[in-house]
Amino acid sequence: MADQLVFNGDQAIAYSWKQINPDVVASYPITPQTIIVENFSEFVANGEVDTEYVCAESEHSAMSLCIGASAAGARVATATASAGLAFMWEVLWIASAMRLPIVMSVANRALSGPINIHCDHSDAMGARDTGWVQMFGENVQEAYDDSLMSFRIAEDMKVRLPVMNCIDGFITTHALEKFIPMETADVKKYIGEYKPVRPLLDLIHPTTYGPFTMNDYYFEHKYQIHEAMQAALPVVRSTLNDFGQRTGRHYDVAEGYRTEDADYVIMAMGSTAGTLRYVVDQLRAEGHKVGSVKLRLFRPFPYEDVAKLLQGKKGVAVMDRAISMGSTGPMFPEVRSALYDAKDRPKLVNYVYGLGGRDVRTDELVGVFKQLMDGSAKTMNFMGVRV
Amino acid sequence: MADKKSKELPQGAMITEAGNAKNYETGSWRSKTPQVNKEKCTNCLFCWIYCPDNCIIVKDEKMSGFKLTHCKGCGICATQCPVKAITMKEEGA
Repeated sequence: MADQLVFNGDQAIAYSWKQINPDVVASYPITPQTIIVENFSEFVANGEVDTEYVCAESEHSAMSLCIGASAAGARVATATASAGLAFMWEVLWIASAMRLPIVMSVANRALSGPINIHCDHSDAMGARDTGWVQMFGENVQEAYDDSLMSFRIAEDMKVRLPVMNCIDGFITTHALEKFIPMETADVKKYIGEYKPVRPLLDLIHPTTYGPFTMNDYYFEHKYQIHEAMQAALPVVRSTLNDFGQRTGRHYDVAEGYRTEDADYVIMAMGSTAGTLRYVVDQLRAEGHKVGSVKLRLFRPFPYEDVAKLLQGKKGVAVMDRAISMGSTGPMFPEVRSALYDAKDRPKLVNYVYGLGGRDVRTDELVGVFKQLMDGSAKTMNFMGVRV
Repeated sequence: MADKKSKELPQGAMITEAGNAKNYETGSWRSKTPQVNKEKCTNCLFCWIYCPDNCIIVKDEKMSGFKLTHCKGCGICATQCPVKAITMKEEGA
């Protein structure tokens, strides 16, 4: 096993790319992702990788370049955040519709306006319907691990879909943490040689990518993507299991912490999950039967796993670091839907929190547990906003 | 070609067979059909040059009709014909 390194989340992702040595990286810098492509361009300049690195003039172009390179038969990675992801939105659909296994790291950041550079999940949530697999990592170790696993998941022949591995902007992207990388030789073995499907550069088997389809065939192609997404769920699960066996770091699509005998549970994605475990321990020490759930995989959504973790609880709060204005947070309806058919449905409430990088304090999370326990939580609530 | 199921189609809407446009019979789009008056026609073959769907049938270097399986009825042939030998007739009229 390799030595521990002290990196921030962005550096850890750049380091994983260095070990993987993708054929093409096309990107446009945007805070708080910039360190990824900055570090990686240094590896390119130093000749430590032989990646074709393309500085695009925009994120729309960056993703379009990734699509072209991937269709040509290259292993492709890129990274973005916030407005950059929003600017890619149109072409994200094309990447998934062409079944291109592009891997993209997203440093979750709020969307303008007002303009803001700090963490929330609005950017990734805006891309939830684009046919990309979406994973959320909690810390630097998971940023690195998810980045490696994303290539395996995307390139699996049962999936062949693009994968977005998300980490919290600044909280994970810029904070230095210890993490354990894989040895580079092991990474190369783990990721393996890239196997393109019908690459454009294969002149013996000429292929047209991105044709026009009418109302007689569009629907069937969309259905194919949905089926691939469904197939991705067991692939993600087995990839996580296999990774656990290789590294001793055991992950799941949805992870319960002290949930087995818990009456009240809070569920969240990303860095908040770590804060939550601390709060759970605190309240457990006071004798409260509480637990937490970290959701790693948002698309495909693991409905059964979530239902299994949460059914039978007295109360569950779903923490959304994004809001669909005029509705709720985007994770809340998914969790409600997951529990609709459950035998023993908990009282389910939504908390929108942390928008634009608003600090997530432990006393506030204790407050959420208290409101869950005393029944004062409404169906939709806000944590940390002055109203 | 029509009515194939999702699982029978190539992944990602790729077209994996070269030159298969002929399998897609665009003639079903047509609302106007070209008709040629061979008494006026000079066999200049402007229609053959301009037809975007390769639907002008030429035999022994002479214009001899339209391949209606693929003719979309666009009328370019009628517009280009220098002696007005081609006219577009409303389908079903």
